[in-house]
Amino acid sequence: MFINFFYLLKAYGVPVTITEWMMLTEALALGMAHSSLTGFYHLGRAVLVKSETHYDRYDLAFYSYFQGIETPVELTEKVLQWLEKALPPRYISPEERQKFQEWDLDELRRQLEQRLKEQDGEHHGGSNWIGTGGTSPFGHSGYHPAGIRIGGEAVNQSAVQVAAQRNFRGFRTDTTIGVRQFEVALRKLRQLSSKEEGPREELDLDETVQETGNKGGLLQLVWTRGRKNMVKVALVMDSGGSMDPYMRICSQLFTAMNRSSHFKDLRFFFFHNCIYQHLYQEPSCSLSSAIRTDDFLRMLSPDYKLIVLGDASMAPSELTMPGGSIDWSYSNDEPGIAWLQRIKNHFDHAVWLNPIPAHFWARVTGNYTIAKIRSIFPMYELTVEGLEGAIKKLKVRQ
Amino acid sequence: MQDHKISFTGTEDYIASKELQNSVNVAVALGRPLLIKGEPGTGKTMLAQSIADGLGKKLLIWNIKSTTKAKDGLYIYDTVQRLYDSQFGDHDVSDIRHYIKMGRLGEAFLASVQVVLLIDEIDKADLEFPNDLLWELDVMNFNIPETGETVHARHRPIVVITSNAEKELPDAFLRRCIFHYIAFPDAAMMSDIIAVHYPDLEQKLLDEALAAFYWLRGIGSLQKKPSTSELLDWVQALTVGGISPEQIGEELPFLGVLLKKDHDFTTVLQRLHNEGAQAKPASRFPHLR
Repeated sequence: MFINFFYLLKAYGVPVTITEWMMLTEALALGMAHSSLTGFYHLGRAVLVKSETHYDRYDLAFYSYFQGIETPVELTEKVLQWLEKALPPRYISPEERQKFQEWDLDELRRQLEQRLKEQDGEHHGGSNWIGTGGTSPFGHSGYHPAGIRIGGEAVNQSAVQVAAQRNFRGFRTDTTIGVRQFEVALRKLRQLSSKEEGPREELDLDETVQETGNKGGLLQLVWTRGRKNMVKVALVMDSGGSMDPYMRICSQLFTAMNRSSHFKDLRFFFFHNCIYQHLYQEPSCSLSSAIRTDDFLRMLSPDYKLIVLGDASMAPSELTMPGGSIDWSYSNDEPGIAWLQRIKNHFDHAVWLNPIPAHFWARVTGNYTIAKIRSIFPMYELTVEGLEGAIKKLKVRQ
Repeated sequence: MQDHKISFTGTEDYIASKELQNSVNVAVALGRPLLIKGEPGTGKTMLAQSIADGLGKKLLIWNIKSTTKAKDGLYIYDTVQRLYDSQFGDHDVSDIRHYIKMGRLGEAFLASVQVVLLIDEIDKADLEFPNDLLWELDVMNFNIPETGETVHARHRPIVVITSNAEKELPDAFLRRCIFHYIAFPDAAMMSDIIAVHYPDLEQKLLDEALAAFYWLRGIGSLQKKPSTSELLDWVQALTVGGISPEQIGEELPFLGVLLKKDHDFTTVLQRLHNEGAQAKPASRFPHLR
């Protein structure tokens, strides 16, 4: 029955794998969950969840899976008295455990009620009646993989309550963002140089030994090339009015990019709402800082990784019509979308980061242009998770 | 088999939460590396010492630097030394084994009793570093091609790995670990921790110091939040300085012990000034009492 929990975790976005699931089974067989739901909660979290950013999802999944399991108080008290004398925990082999896997919760509850009706006293060991140390699914200190724990060791809160508190909500990567988290994400964007380029400045020990041997013991030093990050990045940002609400988050990304010292080259460019025949080197998009988009494409070789940051929300005409630019004084002979397509085609790798959360893309006023631009650029929301997705996209060969 | 179970319950000078104890015991029972993450100053590195003390085992520490290679932990073949020796001919260079030195992991494998191995700040190293250790941590042996020897672990060491999340760790590595995130201690646990270090502390002073400390941490715009070790230093400074409990909330004496950045300093002083003396930190957090 627990296997559904595995799939539920996956559905909630906790990346669990079979390896970890087997590990959990192994731990359960060793009695590491102490036959309690709280024990199971902590054990499961330690074994299955590998990042504090996923704790919250685990809590949610756990809550939704186990929320019905808490036993009613009156029932617990009656049974608790029978459970006071406990047997030592019992070890169950995998084969034995197999038999119990099929039980589901409703069946379990039904049986518990029925057995409560039939049973009239204490019972310890054995495999059927409510008691301790046995393999009946009802009781404590026993082992039943699909069992209901009634009382047992003192815990202040049931695991389901702990899970329901969602203490780790603050660690979710898809909501919390800071410069530092962006930096960590950006560090993944690297590609080491091959041995073919760059200066020879590292001592190649193996070759030195070989050469020295060849020279009859006379020391011959051989130098080799070190490996360096070769990634070059161009960040093109929208600084139009509709971006104002996202200023803070954009500036955080900007700071993080700026601080990342591991890129071989990093360039910033700006545009206003949509890209036409000019880009700007200052956020003000003043004419004096303008460069022609053609020159931009010539200047940056296709191996630059292009990140466009913008809300992609504008009037449809700004994107699809010649002369559609939001600036009256600015006339574009070609529609914005043609320029976007040209830029996308130029670079080997390009992504679009959108500060608007992804689940709003289909609903906000700019949904038409967002959809249009998404058909050209792979689009990601501007969260740590979105950025990580974007970086993965930037790294794959096309 | 239950009888042989060793169980870690924290030590006198290290307070471990129930959850943390559980994770340690799970990792020990399953023979898997325990990966510890958490805010700076939550005692990640101290944990390994405490596990070693608590279980009565020797601790080996492998400090990771940005230049550390996975192979360094296994063994080092000192080719340069051998080269030098060969030039002068006063050593026997024909036996490579003289130039093989065990790294920390190698030492842990060869120890005659089970040891605790701390791989400290694994995220400092290259991205691929953890992946390079997968095999050795899984099957607990490694091969030395230079001599053709294979080193087997006599006793599977208890491996504790700490990470500050500077780099993301590879998935394949994570799959094999037991993971625990040490949450920042709450006020109740913090007073336990302080009690371990300063058992004779006056209750009133402790309350005021804690209230002020959590008030400081609650200020969202701080660049670097004070951590446990800074609080401990501060408490010591307060006692040595003979500060009365009433002064703490009003003046925040020795603030420099807690805050390390200019920007934070001005922020806090401004806050304190604005909110005025009538709202002492302690009274802002009545639930801490």
